[in-house]
Amino acid sequence: MIEILSAERCISCNQCVRICPTNVFQEVENDIPIIARQSDCQTCFMCELYCPVDALYVTPNADGIEKVEESAVIEDRLLGSYRESVGWGKGRKSTASDDESFLVFRIARATN
Amino acid sequence: MSKEAKEALKLQADVLVIGGGPAGAWAAIAAAGQGASVILVDKGYCGTSGATAPSGTAIWYVKPEEQARENAMMSRMDMGGNLAERPWMQRVLDRTYHNMHQIRDWGYPFPIDETGGPNYISVQGPEYMRLMRKRVQKAGVRILDHSPALELLSDSHGVAGASGINEQTRQPWRIEAAAVVIATGGCAFLSKALGTNVLTGDGYLMAGEAGAEFSGMEFSTAYAIVPYFSPVTKTALYQFATFYYEDGRVIEGAGSRRGRSIIAKTLLKEPVYARLDKADESIRQSMRKAQPNFFLSFDRLKIDPFTDKFPVTLRFEGTVRGTGGINIVDETCATKVPGLYAAGDAATRELICGGFTGGGSHNAAWAMSSGYWSGEGAAQFALKQGTNRFNRNARGLSEFSGVSTQADSSKSKISTDEVIRLVQDEVFPYDRNWFRSEQGLTASLGRLNQLWLEIKQGVRADEGSRVGAREVAAMTATARWMYESGLARRETRGMHVRTDYPERDAAQHYRLISGGLDQVWVKPHTAPNNGNAEEAVQA
Ligand SMILES: Cc1cc2nc3c(=O)[nH]c(=O)nc-3n(C[C@H](O)[C@H](O)[C@H](O)COP(=O)(O)OP(=O)(O)OC[C@H]3O[C@@H](n4cnc5c(N)ncnc54)[C@H](O)[C@@H]3O)c2cc1C
Ligand code: SF4
Ligand code: SF4
Repeated sequence: MIEILSAERCISCNQCVRICPTNVFQEVENDIPIIARQSDCQTCFMCELYCPVDALYVTPNADGIEKVEESAVIEDRLLGSYRESVGWGKGRKSTASDDESFLVFRIARATN
Repeated sequence: MSKEAKEALKLQADVLVIGGGPAGAWAAIAAAGQGASVILVDKGYCGTSGATAPSGTAIWYVKPEEQARENAMMSRMDMGGNLAERPWMQRVLDRTYHNMHQIRDWGYPFPIDETGGPNYISVQGPEYMRLMRKRVQKAGVRILDHSPALELLSDSHGVAGASGINEQTRQPWRIEAAAVVIATGGCAFLSKALGTNVLTGDGYLMAGEAGAEFSGMEFSTAYAIVPYFSPVTKTALYQFATFYYEDGRVIEGAGSRRGRSIIAKTLLKEPVYARLDKADESIRQSMRKAQPNFFLSFDRLKIDPFTDKFPVTLRFEGTVRGTGGINIVDETCATKVPGLYAAGDAATRELICGGFTGGGSHNAAWAMSSGYWSGEGAAQFALKQGTNRFNRNARGLSEFSGVSTQADSSKSKISTDEVIRLVQDEVFPYDRNWFRSEQGLTASLGRLNQLWLEIKQGVRADEGSRVGAREVAAMTATARWMYESGLARRETRGMHVRTDYPERDAAQHYRLISGGLDQVWVKPHTAPNNGNAEEAVQA
C-alpha cells in the first residue's frame, strides 16, 4: 500500500495523480497532492517509478495499512529504491537492457 | 469533487479502443496505421494500468525455424487439453515475432545475449508500456485516461461507440465510433494480484449486453503463488523454490508448475512455506535483474528469499491468467456483433492455449497479436461504412442487462462492497473454484443468480469506494459464465478440475461457448480439425 508522500521532497508535479491506475491521489490547488483514497491502492509500485524526486513509498503489504516512518525508510535507503533498480531517472540507464530472464528461464528449465 | 452533473464530452472517431494495456495499445496503433481516426479510453492510465505494466513479462517469441516452432506449438498442447488450434498458433508466433522487432526499432532496449544479438524472450512491463503509450500518441491517437467505459452504444447496424465517465473530473463522455475494440483485460475479481484491480470484467459485461458470446469460461481457475502479504504474483521464479510444511518437512510433489494443486490442498489445512533454495549463487543476480519488483517486496521486509523460508499463499487471477473470454469469429478478432472486436485477455485465448493458463508467455504474445489484428480489422470495417458512419442515433446497451450505469442512492439497495464480498466468497476458495464439483458449482450458481437479480434492482455505492456498480455487476456476470461453463464440462481438462469427473473424456473434446445475461446458456462447439489427431481419433 502507498504509505508515504514526502512533503519535504514533493515538488507538486502531480505526475502521481496523473499516472496512478486506481486514482489514489488527489490534486490540491497551490499545494502538494494528497493520498486521498489509500484503500484503493493496488500496490503496483508504478507511482514510485514516475515520481521524479523519490517522494513516494509503497510497502509490499497488499492487504493492510502499516505505519512506516519516513526517516526509517530513508535510513534504509528504500525511498526511491525501486526507481533506482529499474534505472529510471536522470543520469541512469534503464536496466531493461540488463534483463537476464533468458538465463533464468534456461536454468529453470534445466533444474526442473 | 463536484456533484452536479456536467455536460458530457462528445467525440467521434472511426475506431474506439476501450482499454490501454498492450492489446489496446497495439490495436490503436494498428487502426491508426490504416488511416482511421482513433480514440483510446482507459479506466486507469495507458502506460501504467493493467496486468502487463507493473512487471517483467515473458513473451512467446520463437524464431521462424521449423523445429523450434513445432516444439513451441506442441509444448502446451496436451496440458491445454488439445483445444489449441495450430493455424492460430502459427499466426500468433509470426505476428509476435514481427511486433517484437517493431518495438526494438522503436527503441526498446533489449538485452544482448551470448549470441551478440538482442534477446526477445521478455520485456520489462514499465519500460514496454511507457514506450507503447508514446507510440500510441505518435500515431495520432487521442488518449483519455481515468475514463472507464460504462456501456456500449448501438443501433440496428451494430455497435456504434461507448459512453463512460472521467473519474477525476466526473465529466461524462460519449464517443460515437464506427467500430469498437474491447481490450479491457480479464477479470481478477479485485484479488490485488499485481496490477489487476482495474480488471473487473467490464468488457465482458459490455460485450454480453451487445449479444457477443464467450468461449472457454470454464478455464478460469488461475491461482498464483505469492508471499502471503504480497501482490507480486510472479510465479516463474518459484521454479527455484522448495515448499515446506510448518515443521520444516518438504512438501513432496509441490511445485510452481504442475505441483501447484498440492500447494492448494495443503493450504486448505495448514500454512505452506517456500524458499528459493534451488537457485545457486551464480543465478541469483540474474533473477534480480529479471524481476526487480519480485525482490523489492522481500528487500523491504528484510527477508532473504534464497535463505529464509517465507509463508506463501495463492492469489486468484481469474481469467487474467486463465484462457476464457469473448469469442472471436474470424482472423480480424471480430465478435459475432457487427463493429465489435475483442483483443488480449478480454478475448478467448483458447485458440493458442487451449484450456491451460496463458500466463508465462502466451498471453503477452496473444495481447500484441490480437491487438494488432483487431485494430486493423476494426479500422477496415469502419472505413468501409462511408460518410454515414456517424449519423446513427445510437443508444446505450446497459438496458439489455438492466444494470444501471448510475449508482442507486437508496439505503435499502445492496452496496458495492457487499457485492464484492459475496462474489469473492464464491470464486476465491480453492474448494469451490479450483476443485470443482456439480454440487459446489450448483450451489454457487444459485447464490450468484440470486445476487444478479438483486443487482438489477440497483446498487448503492459505498462511501469512499472507487469501484462502481457496473464493475461489481461485471464481476458477478463473469462468475456466472465461468461456473455455468464449469458445470457443463463434466470432465477434467486443462486447468478445469472436476473432483466428480477426475478424468479427461475424449467425447468432450470441444470448446464451450456461453452467453446470456439473465439466463446464462452454454453449448459445445466442435473445434475445426486442428491437427489434434490423437483425440480426434478417440472421439
Ligand atoms: C502478475 C502477472 C504477471 C504476468 N506475467 C505474464 C508473463 O510473464 N507472460 C505472459 O504472457 N503473460 C503474463 N501475464 C498475463 C499478461 O499480463 C496479460 O495477458 C496481458 O496484460 C493482457 O493484456 P491486455 O492488454 O489484454 O490487458 P491489460 O494489460 O490487463 O490491460 C487492460 C486495460 O484495460 C483497462 N480497462 C479495464 N476496464 C476498462 C473500462 N471499463 N474502460 C476503459 N478501460 C478499461 C485497464 O485499466 C487496463 O489498462 C501476467 C499477468 C499478471 C497479473
Ligand atoms: S509525483 Fe512525486 S513530486 Fe510529483 S506530485 Fe507526486 S509525490 Fe510530488
Ligand atoms: S502503488 Fe500503484 S495503485 Fe498504489 S498509489 Fe502507487 S500507482 Fe497507485
